[in-house]
Amino acid sequence: MAILEVKGIEKSFGTLKVLKKIDFSLERGDVIAIIGSSGSGKTTLLRCLNFLERPDKGSIVVNNEVIFDAMDPATQRESEVRKKRLHFGLVFQNFNLFPQYTVLKNVTLAAELLAKGRPNFKQEKKVILKEIQDRGKMLLSQVGLSEKLDYYPHMISGGQQQRVAIARALALEPDILCFDEPTSALDPELTGEVLKVIRNLAERNTTMIIVTHEMDFARDVADRVIFMDGGVIVEQGPLQEVFGNPKEERTKQFLARYKKG
Amino acid sequence: MNEILVIVTRLSESFMLNCKLFVLTLLFALPLGMLIAFGSMSRFRPLRWVVRTFVWIIRGTPLMLQLIIIFYGPGLLKIPFSWPNGGPGRFIAATVAFIINYACYFSEIYRGGIESVPVGQYEAGQVLGMTKTQIFFRVTLLQVVKRIVPPIGNEVITLVKDTSLANIISNKEIIMMAGEYSNKGLIWPLFATGIYFLIFVGALTILLNWVEKKLSYFRA
Repeated sequence: MAILEVKGIEKSFGTLKVLKKIDFSLERGDVIAIIGSSGSGKTTLLRCLNFLERPDKGSIVVNNEVIFDAMDPATQRESEVRKKRLHFGLVFQNFNLFPQYTVLKNVTLAAELLAKGRPNFKQEKKVILKEIQDRGKMLLSQVGLSEKLDYYPHMISGGQQQRVAIARALALEPDILCFDEPTSALDPELTGEVLKVIRNLAERNTTMIIVTHEMDFARDVADRVIFMDGGVIVEQGPLQEVFGNPKEERTKQFLARYKKG
Repeated sequence: MNEILVIVTRLSESFMLNCKLFVLTLLFALPLGMLIAFGSMSRFRPLRWVVRTFVWIIRGTPLMLQLIIIFYGPGLLKIPFSWPNGGPGRFIAATVAFIINYACYFSEIYRGGIESVPVGQYEAGQVLGMTKTQIFFRVTLLQVVKRIVPPIGNEVITLVKDTSLANIISNKEIIMMAGEYSNKGLIWPLFATGIYFLIFVGALTILLNWVEKKLSYFRA
């Protein structure tokens, strides 16, 4: 049973077609790596899934529920989108932590704001906020940052900031966690700690979509691979097939370049 | 000795007009500037165009000229509107001119501050399911405030001294008062007015530094 089905997604910016007929699906607990050179449309695809871009065509189905359909404006109303986008979590290349909040508050803020909408919030405010705090602390210990709860983002390293961003994305318990080149903005010596956290998540069967340039990492953590080029999915399949025995010429060339480099 | 005391008292009284003008201008221009800023960033093009043209006109002409036009304009153009008689009318007209002028300057500072917040901050709020209002108040506002405190501070300090321009429409502020003495040959009160402005601006500078320090706990 697929947790995510992406059907016929297309997206243009002006006259430039960035995504052409994107189809793929994802099983619960799977980790899918999206690889390809810059400008191949990987990031735009991820942004479409997170409602940061609106696809021109196609639909997105999560748990059998249509959460986006380009033909159905009802799925695109802002209040609807706000609920449905919570199926996805997104970790940005540049972390995008909120600089004026502590590490812990970065993780708990969104959950606190959402909790205000609950009917029993007023009566049980203290209990609810305590739960959110505890969960935030738990997530931060999971990414190895229990010591940094009261630090502000500028006081910690890039690798630590990205780990906070991962904890923040997990706070709302998304069905699918997306990563947009999570280590590209980091110094090489800091990528390891972030990749380790993602690897841990994979071991806990977190469903993830990872756009990455780190081929070794993709090989290590992914169950399936999507190779994109020029806005289309050139090849997709289980890791061993795509990496070990690529069918398409373009995939072979791309992978060969990485082996050499 | 007695004469000095009388003069200082009269200078102080007239400086109250500068102070009142200063406070009223800030009170109304700071929020009005925010409205103008939103107008100048509106996605509705005609509104954006009208607002930006207005800001251009206000920032592009001397405040002194605006004071004259606002005070004398209605009468000269035979518009069925007139300011109240005497001192209060002159003061209200000056306040209106100052509020409009400073709101336009503030609006550009706000706009710059809002546009300088990285788009990633909005996107991070969006993917976490926040509403636009929540993103504005909980994510971007404080970052904007931190960025605009120094330029707003500059404008506020300029405003202190600009209040003396109100005398062009016969508001009896401190420079005008001192000028009456210098016309009679007594020159020191004119120099003394500088001390009033220096003390006022000194106090403001301390306050602004304090605010900047309060906001220095994070980087944005």
